[in-house]
Amino acid sequence: MSTRIATGGRLTDRTKQIDFAFNGKRLKGIQGDTLASALLANDQMLVGRSFKYHRPRGIVASGSEEPNALMNLGRGARFEPNQRATTTELFDGLEAHSQNHWPSLEFDIGAINGPMSAFLPAGFYYKTFIHPRPFWKHIYEPFIRQSAGLGKAPDAETKDADTYEHYYHFTDVLILGGGVAGLQAAQVAAASGVRVTLLEQSAHWGGRAPVDGGTINEQDPDVWVATAIAALQQMPNVTVRTRCMGAGVYDHGYVLGYERLTDHAPEAKGPRHRLWRIRAAQVICATGAIERPLSFAGNDIPGVMLASAVRDYAINYAVAAGDRTVVVTNNDDAYRTALTLHAAGLSIPAIIDVRAGIADSPLIAQARAAGIRIEQGRAIAKVKGGKRVTGVVICAQAGSGGSLDNIDCDVVAMSGGWSPVVHLWSHCGGKLRWDTAQAMFRPDADRAPTGAEGSPFVACAGAADGYFGLQEILSDATETALKSVTQCGGSVSEQPQTQGHSLSEAPLAPVWLMPQGATHDRRAKAWLDFQNDVKVTDVQLAAREGYESVEHTKRYTTLGMATDQGKLSNINGLAILSDALGADIPAVGTTTFRPPYTPISMGSIAGEARGDLFQPIRKTPMYDWHDRHGAHWEPVGHWRRPYCYQKAGESVDAAVHREVMATRNSLGLLDASTLGKIVVKGPDAGRFLDMMYTNMMSTLKVGRCRYGLMCSENGFLSDDGVVARIDDDTWLCHTTTGGADRIHAHMEEWLQTEWWDWKVYTANVTEQYAQIGVVGPKARAVLEKLGGMDVGADALPFMGWADGTLGGFPVRAYRISFSGELSYEIAVPAHQGRALWDRLLEAGAEFNVTPYGTEALHIMRAEKGFIMIGDETDGTIIPQDLGLDWAISKKKEDYLGKRAQQRSHMTDPARWKLVGLETLDGSVLPDGSYAIGSGSNANGQAVVQGRVTSTYYSPTLGRGIAMGLLLNGPDRMGDVVSFNKTDGTTVDAKIVSAVFFDPDGEKQNV
Amino acid sequence: MSNSQIPVTQSFDGVVEVLALPAHGMVTLRGDLADERLREAVRDTVGVEVPLVRRADFQDARGVIWMSPDELLLMVGAGQGAAVADRLQTSLDGGHAMAVDVSDARVVFELRGRRLREVIAKLAPVDMSPDAFTPGDFRRTRFGQIAAAFWLVDDTCARVICFRSVADYMFGMLCHAADPAAELIVY
Repeated sequence: MSTRIATGGRLTDRTKQIDFAFNGKRLKGIQGDTLASALLANDQMLVGRSFKYHRPRGIVASGSEEPNALMNLGRGARFEPNQRATTTELFDGLEAHSQNHWPSLEFDIGAINGPMSAFLPAGFYYKTFIHPRPFWKHIYEPFIRQSAGLGKAPDAETKDADTYEHYYHFTDVLILGGGVAGLQAAQVAAASGVRVTLLEQSAHWGGRAPVDGGTINEQDPDVWVATAIAALQQMPNVTVRTRCMGAGVYDHGYVLGYERLTDHAPEAKGPRHRLWRIRAAQVICATGAIERPLSFAGNDIPGVMLASAVRDYAINYAVAAGDRTVVVTNNDDAYRTALTLHAAGLSIPAIIDVRAGIADSPLIAQARAAGIRIEQGRAIAKVKGGKRVTGVVICAQAGSGGSLDNIDCDVVAMSGGWSPVVHLWSHCGGKLRWDTAQAMFRPDADRAPTGAEGSPFVACAGAADGYFGLQEILSDATETALKSVTQCGGSVSEQPQTQGHSLSEAPLAPVWLMPQGATHDRRAKAWLDFQNDVKVTDVQLAAREGYESVEHTKRYTTLGMATDQGKLSNINGLAILSDALGADIPAVGTTTFRPPYTPISMGSIAGEARGDLFQPIRKTPMYDWHDRHGAHWEPVGHWRRPYCYQKAGESVDAAVHREVMATRNSLGLLDASTLGKIVVKGPDAGRFLDMMYTNMMSTLKVGRCRYGLMCSENGFLSDDGVVARIDDDTWLCHTTTGGADRIHAHMEEWLQTEWWDWKVYTANVTEQYAQIGVVGPKARAVLEKLGGMDVGADALPFMGWADGTLGGFPVRAYRISFSGELSYEIAVPAHQGRALWDRLLEAGAEFNVTPYGTEALHIMRAEKGFIMIGDETDGTIIPQDLGLDWAISKKKEDYLGKRAQQRSHMTDPARWKLVGLETLDGSVLPDGSYAIGSGSNANGQAVVQGRVTSTYYSPTLGRGIAMGLLLNGPDRMGDVVSFNKTDGTTVDAKIVSAVFFDPDGEKQNV
Repeated sequence: MSNSQIPVTQSFDGVVEVLALPAHGMVTLRGDLADERLREAVRDTVGVEVPLVRRADFQDARGVIWMSPDELLLMVGAGQGAAVADRLQTSLDGGHAMAVDVSDARVVFELRGRRLREVIAKLAPVDMSPDAFTPGDFRRTRFGQIAAAFWLVDDTCARVICFRSVADYMFGMLCHAADPAAELIVY
């Protein structure tokens, strides 16, 4: 059984007990435990089930490489699935539930898949469930989804209770990893005076060195680590963070750091995670190395663990993973585990070392001196046990697995050698080279990720660079740091002197399968990917079926595709693949390392952007009034505009109809502040606007307004609005609400890139003004009531503007109409907008003044046949399609879009053209409905001859009205066309003029 | 001028103090910044020289801010924006320049406190280290999802400007970043 050792525990404080629960069972841990160490201390080796066969799964590792111990963590608003127990710091009240089993962890019906595994090899799903085709969607997929899957999804109705934030950080040298290499690199770099940032993913500095032993400057590594970090923390040019993982390295020295602030203390105030968005001139990956499992039959049975993890649990947390531990290894390092456990008084029945005839290195000699049985040239034929290891069968590594001995044990500590953590090096293109002696991929410094200047910006140090002895690690870190400092333009005059000493080790033996000639049934129980249930035989089958590329094999077998992204399985898997293909390991290569290194929370990515801060909401000066008067909000760009104002008990439709009728009959008010307003000024402003608009703006007289169209250089209608000429060289261009920023940028782009020598300045003054539409037969009366300027037909005729005062407010009044009514738009400095709005409401009371929203605006413009950008246009429409030829100057030599509009497709008479549509039965046509043509096309679809672009119920006319684009539409007035409906039926509509109301404009010209 | 002229009137006391400032007069001036006539007009109307690139220079409450190679933002007394714009336009008449009153288009927030560098760096992708960003430095950038600009008055005071319509969003973000429980000490 696994249990707490009576003394020790480097990272724990056993005076502080911590209560937690696993699958509802109350358990106790101690301060400093991870969830994994606390579970082991409580003899909870079984922690989950595998993805495919629902095999029992135990804790394998002690860090972020853990494939098995994934938990549903927390509850309610703090529930989160797939949390690794090995990197979850224990806290009081922690609630964890194991995943992927039904009905219980101990008894899982899905485990029937295990005995069936011979019938579920790689590609089984692809091959089996392809026929008959419709079955996939309706039968196979739902069934497979139910039996697969890991953690539960959070309850859809809960909201994450935590907050998150970003932080933008700039540094010269960024060091990822706070082990010995990272600390040494930081010391060297910091001594140069450049800005240094050091991130460590765990809560502790020092990495593996304090566990693995040796000395630094003739002291225990722990002592050196404490001194080094204390010195760094005192330096003003150094920033250090723990619990902050380097998640990804991107182009231009951009690096994401994922800081977990309160995961270990969820009730603490403040953000849970902080995403560090770092720009670094140089990045040093001091990310250490990950131990590899060995592939032997039954290597997935709970109790089979990485040798380093067994050692970590013993030293860091005083947890014995079992009473009797068999160590199986191809290298010296695992002997440290045997020696550690032996020193703790635990039983080591044997060390199984696949290396035959190897001379005693210091570690082997120590094990021998301790009286530990060492079996060289031997291997594990298979592990015995179900939910827990009970023993191992020993065989010769050279043979096919004939039993030589049985050893009872409850833990197997395995070590297949170490792989440098090259993930961050590789994210941005760093290449690897195969080190035959150490059987590992390590960074190839000659093919480093390069920055904008073409020089390297990422380097590795220490174990991540393929160095494992303490002195080698320290030297490599020093050298790497010096190079990085030089790249930053700094220099180091006095290097910190650091000497490391660790025991020399005998070479490892590259062993990818145990025993070498394992039979098929043994290979079919030798796991490569514990989480996704990929076995040696699966990869071999993929090779036989022609999967030569490691990337294809990965996808076919799902090797390395689980949440751990193959941290343990990738190298072993590709070694098996290369063997099956008869190719060298470096020739087969690795799959691609992609960020993030381990999953980061969605919350950290969102940062502050949630709730009220999810998105900026732009508010006009009258926003609060609207909000208090029943505004039914509509998003228009980032603005919120009232769609209508609902009175108590009133439906949206009723409110819209009321607003239209009140405006048509008497007086409406519209908050038009969101319309874009761009000042264009300069000696060449007229010439410039003649290029921007399809019609002529240079000839516009001061004091007058003109409606204009803007097209892209491809000829498509992009924006529209009223342009007013302010003075000799100044124009004010109104744009659509959503178009203000875009059109301003469009103007600036042409001015800055094409016509840089034209004397024109622009300024976006959209937000300087509140603008109020005063609309309806009583519009003039209410303005006259305010008084201060002449708003009569002679002084301020249709399409004129004038500056003046109204009711004491300094205003610019535009006599323009988008409704067909007598209408003014009154612009006033924004801070006075609300006061003018209030005054107009007060003065308009006798005229039943009615604020109206965007829907009433839309209906009234449609009744008049005015187009709307985004309804009648969709990026493929030219003004000619909309019958707007009158707004296209024939006299101008050029304007943006003119050339494009002359191309054959644009002048094709078969282009659909704008018409009005009236259903015969008076109903409202469905939005986006298609006009049915005759016959069907090559795809068997009904031929269509047009579509609806705008459709409304017109309260004014008491019937449905619509606009649409139709083949030869303007030539077919009076014809009846069928439009499809969503219920499969059609509705007939008559082609009419798009101007449904007051075609002669009598109402607006008064 | 009362605070009622600006959309946000609250203040927040967190890691730093966040204040919505009363209305300012603001004028956008576009023109050739090397032109002596323009420089003189700025000096005469505002009383401050045209600043260097990415700098904000102030004499008491009146200031001139470098916005782009051909644009300045002039900060003047509340209610003076329109008059200053007119005066500038008149004195630059005949040349090619544009002066526009934008007093109502923008709002100004002030951050006060020792940790304002960290608070700003939570929202704006700007190197806020004391060596990289010094008092009088000005930057057009973004805060969260909106366009914004800011300058350091001194080491414990910064001013942030954004468009009027997003004043609530800006205030909300600044408060979030200045949450006392989220204090971050880097500089």
